[in-house]
Amino acid sequence: MKPLDLKPGEIARLLRSNGLRLQIGPFAVSLRSRLRRVAEQIAFFYGDYPRIEADAFVDFHIQINNPAGLRHWVRPQAIFSFDGFKPFKPLPEDQAFAMFEWGLNWCIATTSHQFLITHAAVVAKNGQAIIFPGEPGAGKSTLCAALVSRGWQLLSDEMALIDPGDLSITPVPRPIGLKNESIAIMKNYGDETLVGPPVTDTIKGTVAHMRPPADSIVHADRDTRPGYIIFPTYSAAADSQLDKVEKTRALVRIAEQSFNYHILGREGFRTVERLVSRCPAFDLRYSQLDSAIAEIDALL
Amino acid sequence: MKERCLLTDTLFDPAAAGHYSAAEWDLLLRQARAANLLAQLGVRLAQHPAQTEIPHSVAQHLRSARLIVKRQNRAIRWEVSLLQQALYDLAVPIVVLKGAAYVLAGLPNSDGRLFHDIDILVPRSALKEVEARLRRWGWRSTHNNAYDQRYYRRWMHELPPLQHIQRQTVLDVHHSILPLTARLHPDPGKLIANAVADPANEDIYWLAPEDMLLHSMTHLFHDGELENGLRDLVDMEILLNHFGTGKAFWARLTERAELLELGRPLYYGLRYVERVLQRAIPAETAETASAWGPGWLLGRLMDFLFLEALQPAHTSCNTLSTSIARWMLYVRSHYLRMPLRLLIPHLVHKAVVKEGNGEIEIPKGLRKIIADADKG
Repeated sequence: MKPLDLKPGEIARLLRSNGLRLQIGPFAVSLRSRLRRVAEQIAFFYGDYPRIEADAFVDFHIQINNPAGLRHWVRPQAIFSFDGFKPFKPLPEDQAFAMFEWGLNWCIATTSHQFLITHAAVVAKNGQAIIFPGEPGAGKSTLCAALVSRGWQLLSDEMALIDPGDLSITPVPRPIGLKNESIAIMKNYGDETLVGPPVTDTIKGTVAHMRPPADSIVHADRDTRPGYIIFPTYSAAADSQLDKVEKTRALVRIAEQSFNYHILGREGFRTVERLVSRCPAFDLRYSQLDSAIAEIDALL
Repeated sequence: MKERCLLTDTLFDPAAAGHYSAAEWDLLLRQARAANLLAQLGVRLAQHPAQTEIPHSVAQHLRSARLIVKRQNRAIRWEVSLLQQALYDLAVPIVVLKGAAYVLAGLPNSDGRLFHDIDILVPRSALKEVEARLRRWGWRSTHNNAYDQRYYRRWMHELPPLQHIQRQTVLDVHHSILPLTARLHPDPGKLIANAVADPANEDIYWLAPEDMLLHSMTHLFHDGELENGLRDLVDMEILLNHFGTGKAFWARLTERAELLELGRPLYYGLRYVERVLQRAIPAETAETASAWGPGWLLGRLMDFLFLEALQPAHTSCNTLSTSIARWMLYVRSHYLRMPLRLLIPHLVHKAVVKEGNGEIEIPKGLRKIIADADKG
């Protein structure tokens, strides 16, 4: 597949006409939008992604535009549409790009039951993936962004796509969502130029996204074996420490963090059971990114 | 822009899918998803040898849709068993209707059908006790303003929808299949008297095959619920294929339509199953039903309206005339529901009072990857 390799102006033109067609991990996505802000941010974040042919099958036909009526003009809003279906309330227009990311999460999590989909960041090194499940606020995205800044491959920032057959993880590398304090932390810790413009006053507070490394996008077609499960918790002033988690506990926690566990039924249970049997699980408390990464490196 | 309706073509002739290009598969899946028929399409294609040629990504979507239906059907059985427990010592018949009934009765359309609410029919005399009992077991009314409560209780054929406080499942408790104010008055007592007992669950019933079809037709053609029109028409087609293997069924179908005064919905149901999904209707039945049809002019108008409105709700199949047809049928359904002296004040009230908007409720687990309202 050819990389997009388009000038921002061409991206904007495709977005407002027949749609920009991208391969994002295993998914073919067509995005249409007349919003300039969306065009700018798509060019910034998705400029290196492979493009797909105009007559190929598309998994998700997405549109982000102003809603009809007054809010097109007065304090404009943006609304997300999955092929005409609008599952969310409109948001202020400056959140349009974040809305694309959230909406695509929703599309994947509600339609892709060929995978067990777990709320987790996934990074890999030397062909071994580490799964970081976590509640929002636990610090998984920050840790994930830090690892990626130190050369780890990004498989996903939000969701682990686990194959119920061989437990391999299909990469779906996308911009990493950073919230509040994490934005400044990652600007200092990693490459500042990769972090997009922050948007204030979202339901998650201030959010910004960080571009995934080009290497991770190139390698998105390689499924990876999971090696470890690490449950991160950011805890101010804590020394970085890994504590082993019992397999049964890990099983319950992964099941709780999986979006479609109930849909897969028995297959879902078996998948998690085999995953925790194969992969040792740890709790990681950390406050310093460097020492947390050193602990994780020491596992491999 | 109107393109071919690939979905109805493919449902009628699944073998044709063997030669589809990637772009055609793309359009087919979009239409099927919009019509709430993705899982049903998966079932049809799987019944056919052309199955081997389904592209990988397409197959994943079809399989996912069928997994959701499987999970839904498991959940429905559980939910009905809880309903049965809640109402057990009232010892009244609980007739499960529509989607949930197809699942319990193990009918072939249930493999590919998604639905949102559970509908039950209970004798009107037991309504008060049923409601009190359900309340005690955790079901609460969702329409809490006085106007809606009065509207439902005085004029409708059901209680205001109930939702379970823990499981969030929505339950519609009916005492009839059409509003009290409607033009047609099928006697619910006759439906209950003829219902089929669930061999596995005491007090649980579903409608007899003929009544099940008549109810489905009445719902679609007299109650204005057209957003899932094509899906409901596909139900009728599958049920007619399933039950209609012998002459006796077709004779009972027209007899029951006569008895329940549902001749007109039967006429429409048979006509559009034949016109849209190309399911042949036995000549004798069609002949009997034609006596219940509208006059020539009204018939032409209804043909135009229904043939437009029964297209999948996808941009590729919808033109301005589709929207006009849906709107006119919506108005018609209200007109059939209640006399104008009640209808006009009702529509004025609905137009003035702002309703909740159409967004779906996002499951709690998913909220964290969309916008986690709970944990800022």
